[in-house]
Parts: sequence; structure tokens; C-alpha cells
Amino acid sequence: MKKKIQWNKIAVHITLIIGALIVILPFYWMVVTSLKTNAETMMIPPTLIPENWQFSNYIDVMKQFDFGTAYLNTAIVTVARTLGQLLFCSMAAFAIATMRFPGRNVIFIMMISVLMFPPEMFMIPVYNLMNTINWLDTYYVLTVPIMASGFGIFLLRQFFMSLPRDLFEAARMDGCSYFRIYWSIYMPLTIPGLVSLGIFVAVASWNDFLWPLIMTSSQDLQVVSIAIASFVGEHNTNYALMMAGSVISILPLVLLYLFLQRYFIEGIALTGVKG
Amino acid sequence: MKAGYNNQKKPLKLNDKKSEIIWGYILIAPAFAILLIFHILPALSSFWFALTEWNGMTAPSFIGLENYINMFKDEQFMQSVVNTTIFTAGSVSLSVIVAVFFAVQLNKKIRARAFYRSVYFLPFVIMLVAVGTTFSWVFNSQFGLVNQILGFFGLPTPSWITNPELLMTTMILADVWHKLGYNLVILLAGLQSIPRTFYEAADIDGANSFQKFWTVTLPLLSPSLFFVIIISLINSFKMFDLVFIMTGGNPILLEGTSTMVYNIYEQAFTYSYMGYASAQSILLFFIIMIATLIQFYLQKKWVHY
Repeated sequence: MKKKIQWNKIAVHITLIIGALIVILPFYWMVVTSLKTNAETMMIPPTLIPENWQFSNYIDVMKQFDFGTAYLNTAIVTVARTLGQLLFCSMAAFAIATMRFPGRNVIFIMMISVLMFPPEMFMIPVYNLMNTINWLDTYYVLTVPIMASGFGIFLLRQFFMSLPRDLFEAARMDGCSYFRIYWSIYMPLTIPGLVSLGIFVAVASWNDFLWPLIMTSSQDLQVVSIAIASFVGEHNTNYALMMAGSVISILPLVLLYLFLQRYFIEGIALTGVKG
Repeated sequence: MKAGYNNQKKPLKLNDKKSEIIWGYILIAPAFAILLIFHILPALSSFWFALTEWNGMTAPSFIGLENYINMFKDEQFMQSVVNTTIFTAGSVSLSVIVAVFFAVQLNKKIRARAFYRSVYFLPFVIMLVAVGTTFSWVFNSQFGLVNQILGFFGLPTPSWITNPELLMTTMILADVWHKLGYNLVILLAGLQSIPRTFYEAADIDGANSFQKFWTVTLPLLSPSLFFVIIISLINSFKMFDLVFIMTGGNPILLEGTSTMVYNIYEQAFTYSYMGYASAQSILLFFIIMIATLIQFYLQKKWVHY
């Protein structure tokens, strides 16, 4: 009996290892290719480890393409959107979850209806609007419109609603202002929810492509995804450089993920449970 | 004593009500303004632009339903509707089935569970643009790793990324690879919330593991499954990045892979047919809405809360 259970477990492990290898393989191939000479990338059979390590590929990519600016822009956009969403979505979610004022339900329904039409679906009128207010090709267009989301409001509302109502009433009795209840009582109790939303927004912002593609055109405002796409357009036969560029574009999030794995995974799981 | 308490309380309560209303609006204002100005109003104005001929520069001129009529005669657009449907069907079904399979394996009492989970989740943080470049290389017909492996075993080595029909398959595989971890993590959380006692009861009834999966796991997992399907569905219908990167704008490749969002992007920003592209946006919106509503209707039959 005991032996049989062990065999079952080994079968499970083998299945999971095969799956993990398939998941890892593209990463492995990306990194290995990025360290080969272009000639070596086209060898048959392929070398599994670079013959001579071309770290200079990374320097070449950096030289040919201004990834520094792209990194900086993407970091600015990611931080601004993430902080904006955490603040504005939590404020709105708090008001909707705890306070009574006329029009509350209508406003809530309007805000979560945005979940149904993501901005890329209606990019034409948004583009036209940005054009009219002269926001095209600015940091504003990359940040402000994405500083609130139906998803964020919905998610945080679920968290706020799960806190006991007595907490709110008791704080009011003690003469606590609404803003203080929100900021000093409700926010600290919702940290898992905030972490969850923050990670979600940060990942989406770093990886965003269509929005900056439409709304910006100048080199100074290029984000990483745009930089890598135009780099690929120019060097679509030099796979070593292409893969070096890809590694550069994903590195910050991968590192962040490796350090904060638990928060990433539990945060994402929470969006499923609460949503 | 009681009366005094009430007297004191009353004016305070009135003030309280007023300040609650004022604070409510203050707290809600930034998010509501952003969503209204940049999301809701533009979406609504699309319905008007869809009825016009408009190049984005001059004033739009009203042409009634002509855009909608043209849309159904436009072969390129109809092809993109078909492509989007194929992509969505392939990507959603495959990513959900594979995620359920691995989630069930991961839910068993084994070592290194957290490690496996971390590995499987990793692709989700990768930008789709980089997923596209990487898969274009891994599936390269001549030098790609996949064909090298297939060739090694004497299997056929198709042109994954240069054959318009196969490129769709490659794109679906790339998308499944990318979102598998997300689906897996959510399904795993759902599995872990199933009480052990249900399985113990099934054991007492003498159920085998296949029966346990069908009668215990699947029904109790259905809310998570439903959530994952809806999210995957909406995201797949919006696919753009992979098409942009993996076709590189090549019209021959685009024929078999161009999605609706890609088509809208091309019509609006390459050809400046803003009115026509708006009409396509609205069709996409209704397709997603109907697909979601169908799911919500069907869930009554198979989701158990």
C-alpha cells in the first residue's frame, strides 16, 4: 500500500517536471540565444550552451537602441499608474462600500461597467479626445487615463465590504473624520487587497503595448514594449540581438517576480477569489 | 436623561449626514472623473462616430448605417472576425484544460508544490511583445528549437511562423504559454477551498479517482472555472500584441491571423477610416458582450456556488 502511494507521487512529479520544462524552455532558449554570435544561432544542430559567450550583444543592443530612456519612461508610467490606481480606486471603493449618498449605486454601476469596454476597444474616440486636448505624445496620456479602473474599484470594494460595519460606526462615534476612517483604519486593514491590485496594475503597465503605440510617437516617450517592437522590426534576422533585446525588456519584472513571488501569486489568486 | 441624549444627538446627526454626502462625493470624484472622461464618454461617442465617414482631421459627416453595411461586405474584416473566433476558442479551451490538469496535479500532497507553482506562473509577467519575439524564434522553421527537436525524432518540421495557417496555431500556443500560470493560480486557489471531507465521503462511497474528479472536484471548482473562462475569453477577443509582433505587418500572414482589434487599429491609424473602424469597435463590443452573457446564462446550468 505504502509503495503504491509513492509511485503515484513519482508519476505526479514526472508530469509536473515535464510541464515545468516546457514552461522554462522558451526562457532558456531566449537567454542562450542572446549570448551567441549571430552565426552560432543558425547552427544545425543548435548548441545548447553558447560556444563563446557574447555578452557584447547586450552592449550592442543598448548602443543601437536607447533602452535607457525606454526603461525610465516605463518606470515612470508604471509607478504613476500603480500609485494612482491604489489611491483613486481605494478612495472610490471606500465611499461606495461604506458611505451613503445620493446616486451611489448609479455611479458604482457606471464605474464597473468600464470592465466591459477596455480602452483599447474604443481607442478611436479616445485618440481623438487626446488630440483635441493636446495630450498626444505626453506623459499625461500614458498615465492619467489609466489611473482608475472598474476592476480596481470592484476588487477593493469587495475587501472593504468584508470588514465589519461596527468598525466604521465605532470610529464615527469617536468623532473620527471620514477621511481618517478611510486612511488610518480601512486602508491598513486592506493591505493584501492593495498589494494584489498594485501588482496587477504594475505588471499590466510595464507590459502595455497598444496604448503607447497609438498615443505616442516621439522617441523621447518610447516605452520598453515599443522600443523592443521597433528594434525587432529593424533587426528581424539577427536573432541574437533580438533575444538580447527581449531579455532586457522582461528583466525588471522577472527580477521583481523572483523576489516577491509569494505576493505576486497570492495577490493574483486573491483577484480570482474576490472577483 | 434619555431626552437629553436625543437632543444632543440630533443636530450632530444632521451635520453628519451632510458631511457624509460631501465626503462621499469627494472620495469618489477622481476615479469617477477619470473613468467618465477617458472611458465612458469616448465609448458612448463611438456609437455616433460609427454612423459617420471621418478621417480624424475634418469634421465627421453622417452616413447612416453605411459603415455597418460595408463591414459585412468587407472580406478582410469578416476574415478577422473568423480569426478572432478561432484564436479565442483555441486559446481559451486549451489554456483552461491544461490549467485544470496541472492544478489538479499541484493540489496533491507532494513536495516542492510552491516551487512548481512559481515556475508555471513565471510567463504571466512577460510582456506579450517579448512572448511574440521569443516564440517567433523558438518556432523558427529552420533554426528554431521546436523544429530541431521534432527533426531529431524524425517528425515533420512545419513552417510554424511563415505558413499563414500554422501561424495561428503558433499564436495560440504562445498565448496559452503566457496565461497558463494565471489560470493555474486561480484554479489552484479554488481547489484548495474544497473541503477534504467531500473527498473522504466519496472514498467511503468507494468512488475511484476519475469519479471523484467528475462528481466532487469539477462541480466545486466551477465558480473558479467560470471566472477563469470569462477573463480568458475577454482577453483573447482583444488580442493584438501577438499579431503585431509575429506577423510584422506582412499582409499574407495577416490574412490568416489578423484579429478584430488589429484590423480596427489598421483601419483607423494606417488608413484613417476612423468612422469605419469605430463601427468595427462597436461590433467587437457586442460580440464580447454576447459571449459573456451566454457564459452567464450557461453558468446557471453548470456552476455550483
